Amino acid sequence: MENQIIETGIVQLTKEDFSSDQMVKWCPGCGDHAILHAVENVFPSLGVPKEDFVVVSGIGCSSRFPYYMNTYGIHSIHGRAAAIATGVKLANPKLSVWMITGDGDSMAIGGNHFIHTIRRNIDINLLLFNNKIYGLTKGQYSPTTPKGSKTKTSPQGTYERPFNPGVLVIGAQGTFFARTLDTNPKAMTGVFMEAAKHKGTSVVEILQNCVIFANKTHDLITSRETRDDYQLFIEHGKPLIFGKDRKKGIVLNGTKLEVVTIGENGITENDILVHDQYEKDSGVHTMMAAMMPPEFPVALGVIRSVPTETFDQAMMASIETEKANSNIKTVDDLLNSGATWEIK
Amino acid sequence: MTSKNSKVVELEQVVIRFAGDSGDGMQLTGSLFSDSTAFAGNDFATFPDYPSEIRAPQGTVSGVSGFQIHFGQKTVYTSGDLADVLVAMNPASLKANMRWIKKGAIIIVDGDAFIEKGIDKAGYATDPTTDGSLSGYKLIKSPISTLTREAVKHLDIDMKSTMKSKNMFALGIVMYLFNRDPEHVNAYFEKKFKANPIVIESNKAVLAAGFNYADTIELFATTYKVEPAPLEKGHYRNITGNVATAWGFIAASERSGRPLFLGSYPITPATEILQELTYHKNLNVKAFQAEDEIAGIVSAIGASYTGAMAITTTSGPGLSLKSEAIGLAVMTELPLVIVDVQRGGPSTGLPTKSEQSDLMQALFGRNGEAPVIILAAKSSADCFYSAYEASKLSLEHMTPVILLTDGSLANGSEVFKIPRVADLPSIQPPMAQANDANYKPYKRDAESLARQWAIPGTEGLRHRVGGLEKEDGSGNVSHDPLNHERMTILREEKVQRVANYIPEQEVFGSDDADLLVVSWGGTYGVMITVVEKMQEQGKSVALAHFKHIMPLPKNTEELLGRHKKIIVCEINNGQFVKYLRMNFPQFKYQQYNKIQGLPFMVAELEAKFNELLNQ
Ligand code: SF4
Repeated sequence: MENQIIETGIVQLTKEDFSSDQMVKWCPGCGDHAILHAVENVFPSLGVPKEDFVVVSGIGCSSRFPYYMNTYGIHSIHGRAAAIATGVKLANPKLSVWMITGDGDSMAIGGNHFIHTIRRNIDINLLLFNNKIYGLTKGQYSPTTPKGSKTKTSPQGTYERPFNPGVLVIGAQGTFFARTLDTNPKAMTGVFMEAAKHKGTSVVEILQNCVIFANKTHDLITSRETRDDYQLFIEHGKPLIFGKDRKKGIVLNGTKLEVVTIGENGITENDILVHDQYEKDSGVHTMMAAMMPPEFPVALGVIRSVPTETFDQAMMASIETEKANSNIKTVDDLLNSGATWEIK
Repeated sequence: MTSKNSKVVELEQVVIRFAGDSGDGMQLTGSLFSDSTAFAGNDFATFPDYPSEIRAPQGTVSGVSGFQIHFGQKTVYTSGDLADVLVAMNPASLKANMRWIKKGAIIIVDGDAFIEKGIDKAGYATDPTTDGSLSGYKLIKSPISTLTREAVKHLDIDMKSTMKSKNMFALGIVMYLFNRDPEHVNAYFEKKFKANPIVIESNKAVLAAGFNYADTIELFATTYKVEPAPLEKGHYRNITGNVATAWGFIAASERSGRPLFLGSYPITPATEILQELTYHKNLNVKAFQAEDEIAGIVSAIGASYTGAMAITTTSGPGLSLKSEAIGLAVMTELPLVIVDVQRGGPSTGLPTKSEQSDLMQALFGRNGEAPVIILAAKSSADCFYSAYEASKLSLEHMTPVILLTDGSLANGSEVFKIPRVADLPSIQPPMAQANDANYKPYKRDAESLARQWAIPGTEGLRHRVGGLEKEDGSGNVSHDPLNHERMTILREEKVQRVANYIPEQEVFGSDDADLLVVSWGGTYGVMITVVEKMQEQGKSVALAHFKHIMPLPKNTEELLGRHKKIIVCEINNGQFVKYLRMNFPQFKYQQYNKIQGLPFMVAELEAKFNELLNQ
């Protein structure tokens, strides 16, 4: 390998190392700006040399992202970022690969690559900007648009059932899933750090606001008036408690999750479900990812993080074994292996 | 070993076809005979004829598996047209293969299989071996099953295993017919069945029984011998087109120092390239079986950006799926080789049959103006050199290359003189140097117009690429109208300038021959066979067989202009001829096309060319 990777921790980098000279062209007020800032803040603190980052994307508003980062990067074609990222990572597993995608890019046109990359557990970080709309093509419904929404292609309201990205990721045997908000830089930064640490496909869903075509789609979750009732910040080993005065909690009742009020009907804090992000069984994680308003608050933070061998590790191990065990060391050896004969 | 009881006649070349039910082991029989042919010093080429169904009903015509070998004492270019000898293990294989044998051919059948049930299943009304329908042939009907049982009755093996070795009895007969020494086939048994001594013993016994039976009962009044071919000194092996393709890439990777990455999805008849490459992790090959054709090529593009020698392999329908991504590779100006092992189309078409019908797709099948280099391999062994050259051009010119092979080349095999990697041309990709202050992603080499390759992990070269139009030089996104025009022309010019780096087009035959035969890709074997034959008869005919399709060799126009008549021969409805008409409209082209999923036959081409010469 020609790439000299400097050991983690000895590189002093700042946000400026990652800001590109390109003009950022997202609409003013778009949630993408805050996500860009959060990523710029996270990269310098990962202990990775700046030339070892590769940011890849597909097509869509969010996919302009690589142009705004001063790293190696590829802005590819619609839906295919996961396959690009796979090739980058497999060609050089030492690189820190970040994939930027949107709800349409990853779950409509790129659905196949999305689920298979997750299933293989390739060690990349996948930031999914979920604004529940097609922004770049100006307002058609996407695979996550809430049922009944009126958009440019659903004048009478959609009759499609939307995907819940978390449920899809965990269903595809995802080893890491976290959810965060474009309006909460601190939470975003924390979750991105966790994603970077996880070995495997780390999917972070960012509830992102498209001010132009789906403004306030996450309003129930993000607005000052309602957010306390609909944001549940989860933390490993802590009970699932939320609400303005932290009186509400989630319990496991039979096979279902349920919202309860602490102090009512004999419920105490001890009855509240304690989050275990490392649990291999995906049952509770799936239910947590599925929680949606108005019945439930939205779980924010790392829902699932299960260390599992990555595809790239397994592939490299297999290559090393084969290299060590084979008598064929060069192409000349290969050409002369097996049945050959000589004409003298 | 010489045959005692018969007269030995020397032949220049022979075609043998082994046919039987899928379970009869005809591929092994054929490949053992090929090994023996190599040992005898002949030149040869082979072609397997698999049933298209994986498990077709036993004893039916659709379940017949065949293997053809053509060997000779001079250069053998094809696996042969019609067979001189047919081995048919059951009535269905006789029925399926009658159209592929010469009048008067020797037909060896297992008499035990010609019972009512088998004859019925094959769809014969009466027994063809007794109803006189084979009277124009030399029929050798032997009770092969019975004699096989006899041969191993002293051994403790079950009926099923016994019947599995009856192909060796047939092989023994053929070995006798061609005065071959069974000894090294025995050596193969010893190696292959090391763990199972009884299988070694039974196979040896059955092979010897077949051989001795032919001798003892004087099955043939005449036996045959083909003298060694005057092959150059050196080491040789037998190789199929798909394996040769895979190995050509591994060689290019080693020679260029860029690790090989394959992104691919299984598709007939290209799958063996993927399979073969998964076996060479020992040579640092990363072969990634993707979730679909698109992920195959797109992962390769990601790997190419990251510094790998990236390739993707497919067949026609897969090439359609990859079109958009090829455009991305054109725009990002990254090296990438796309192999299309052509098969009959459109749509699913004829997956197991060969065709040359993806040429137009390779040339033009993308949105926008997206030129790529196109090469077409001319024979199974040439797939090695074509894969190597495709890699070299792609890496050195920073552009995608489509390599066209086809089903016939892919599955066919021929004798391959083993090269030394050090003797292959060097490959020097234009790597950007770390911390080069003057590095610009789209700065070009003045001669080749290739941009530099700056790979992640290298200090001081961070840059972004993508599918949006690039500003000349800086590579920044640009919507400037004049820049787009300039970049479109530059991308075209870069590919056209490859003509300065490829050999001139050769013509086989005299410069002013009356008739110039033009062909391309996988038909080389049959074309050269016909043209050579006609030249020996004193006919004024020459052959220009093209491997370099885009760009065409620099002398193409000039050489086309030297001949009175031009005929372009293709296994399609006339694609290369349209391309030539487009490029050189001043010439008059005739065309000969075959679109039957079948290769050209020597006789049909010869007749056509003679007709033109006599006009
Ligand atoms: S259209 Fe929506 S998502 Fe796209 S940049 Fe504007 S606000 Fe952001």
